[in-house]
Amino acid sequence: MTSRLLAGSVLTVFVIFFVLPVLWLLLAATKTDQQLVHDNPLSFGSWHALSANWHALTAFQDDAILLWLRNSALYAAISLVITLCLAIPAGYALAMTEFRGRHTLLIATLVVMLMPNATLVVPLFLEINAVHLIGTMWSIILPYSFYPFGVYLTYIYFTTAVPKDLLAAARIDGCSEFGVFRHVALPLATPVIALVGFFSFVANWTNYFLPYVMLPESGQMPIQVGVGSLLSNVPSFNPTVGTLAIQRPQLALATLVAITPVLVVFLFAQRFLVSGMLAGATKE
Amino acid sequence: MTLTHSSAGSVRGRPRGTSRQSRAGMAFVAGYVLLLIAFGVLPTCYAIYFAFTDAGGAFTGFSNFITTAQDFRFVDSLGHVALYLVFWLLSLVVFVVVLALLLHRLSSGPVSQALRFLYYIPGALAGAASVLVWLFMLDPTVSPVSSLLETVGFHTFGEVIAPGNLALLFTIIAFWTGAGGWIVVMYGALNNIPKDVMEAARIDGANGWQTAWRVQIPMLRKWIVYMVILAFAGGAQLFVEPQLLSLASTGVAGRDYSLNQLTYDFAFQMNNINGAAAVSVELLVVSLSVAGVFVARSGFFDAD
Repeated sequence: MTSRLLAGSVLTVFVIFFVLPVLWLLLAATKTDQQLVHDNPLSFGSWHALSANWHALTAFQDDAILLWLRNSALYAAISLVITLCLAIPAGYALAMTEFRGRHTLLIATLVVMLMPNATLVVPLFLEINAVHLIGTMWSIILPYSFYPFGVYLTYIYFTTAVPKDLLAAARIDGCSEFGVFRHVALPLATPVIALVGFFSFVANWTNYFLPYVMLPESGQMPIQVGVGSLLSNVPSFNPTVGTLAIQRPQLALATLVAITPVLVVFLFAQRFLVSGMLAGATKE
Repeated sequence: MTLTHSSAGSVRGRPRGTSRQSRAGMAFVAGYVLLLIAFGVLPTCYAIYFAFTDAGGAFTGFSNFITTAQDFRFVDSLGHVALYLVFWLLSLVVFVVVLALLLHRLSSGPVSQALRFLYYIPGALAGAASVLVWLFMLDPTVSPVSSLLETVGFHTFGEVIAPGNLALLFTIIAFWTGAGGWIVVMYGALNNIPKDVMEAARIDGANGWQTAWRVQIPMLRKWIVYMVILAFAGGAQLFVEPQLLSLASTGVAGRDYSLNQLTYDFAFQMNNINGAAAVSVELLVVSLSVAGVFVARSGFFDAD
């Protein structure tokens, strides 16, 4: 009995650890800076303060936050489309067809997949700089579109979930190779398309280092970098800022705005995710 | 070797693919291969080229590596990253495994599922958002746990972000965003342990601790290794946390804290592209060899 109690309390302590900051963030956006300091940290401020914070936030550099959101959406969406168009056929081919260099490509994919994407940021900058694409959206969209993990997920999905005989039958029926992919494999691939789409979207939306280096102009920043740049305009963190200051509740609201799309996707994709994260590395 | 391996695979599976199929396969991977070359292979070559040349493009051997290693910040940031990795990996292994085991024992469906989801939520705040949230959590004037901070002797934000605390703080932030996903993975792996194995342990009279220690943890081993490898490679690339902290503290804390910040500084503040490339190559070698050894040895990716 005591061990059960102990287990329960450990689990509860960690619930508090994981959830409390999120809860606090939600509430902080509804307060004035005064309330943030003096009121109970877990109290609700007012709707009025929330709307005042929103107005103050959007007033910063004339709707900069909306522009950043638009940028993030644009970058993540275009990369998502390119990723899906390239990763799904590639994963399919690796799993279901034979061609020269297939094994090498698979190994290369695994190795690159295990490399964290921050490793190549500075070298990528040098390369993109050499082709004069720095400061254009392609400087991050193209590197984002390279998504070996998506290829690997697709590969695993096809090897485990789709019998090769099914494709062979279609070939015997006279389907072309592209036809087999288009009419047999693709309709079966919906779960993995959703999964790759989800992971690619989240990874791109939350990336900081690459756009920080490639897109230094405020007008081009995605929301993650933009919100980070707000930090140096918060007086309690940087006392030297003048009248253009951003208050802490507004920063909290900005953070909330930045994560909302991902949070929404999380809530809807919950079931998917669990199975997907497992598929990410199982093949048993 | 590659060829024999793949043809052996196809003999086992089904008759060897036709040349029509081979051409189609290549067409399907063409776009991806193009990106792999452009954004995987080429930047790597580029980094190596810059690391071994000077600003004029002349070959300089290891001089960029030596100069950057002698930079007064290099050893410090290497030490920082090493300390952070120790904290990060230890906390990850201990807490993720313990929490997954506890959740698995709890096993009353909906509660366990709800807890897993709650643990996973901060994953949505990966990147800059998590750092911003924790800047608030660590500022005693607004933190919901300010009394806790005061109990351990921190009264101002400045005291909390003292240099000696940073490795621990970055560990907390990384754990907060990253642990939930791994708990989900470990939990799934625990579920994959065959029922009869667990049953046999129970019949042999093993209690909860013994089952966990003798049966479950050994069977989680390869998952733990996988987690440690990925966390190690990711942790070595620390950037956004110290970078934002240095913005928040106007450069007092977190500046030049990690190796990746140093590459950024070399490249963009000091205009020493070659030095930046040298440090990048060092980081590349570390993560490539870690990844390579893992793919080759773990048996995790028994691709064919």
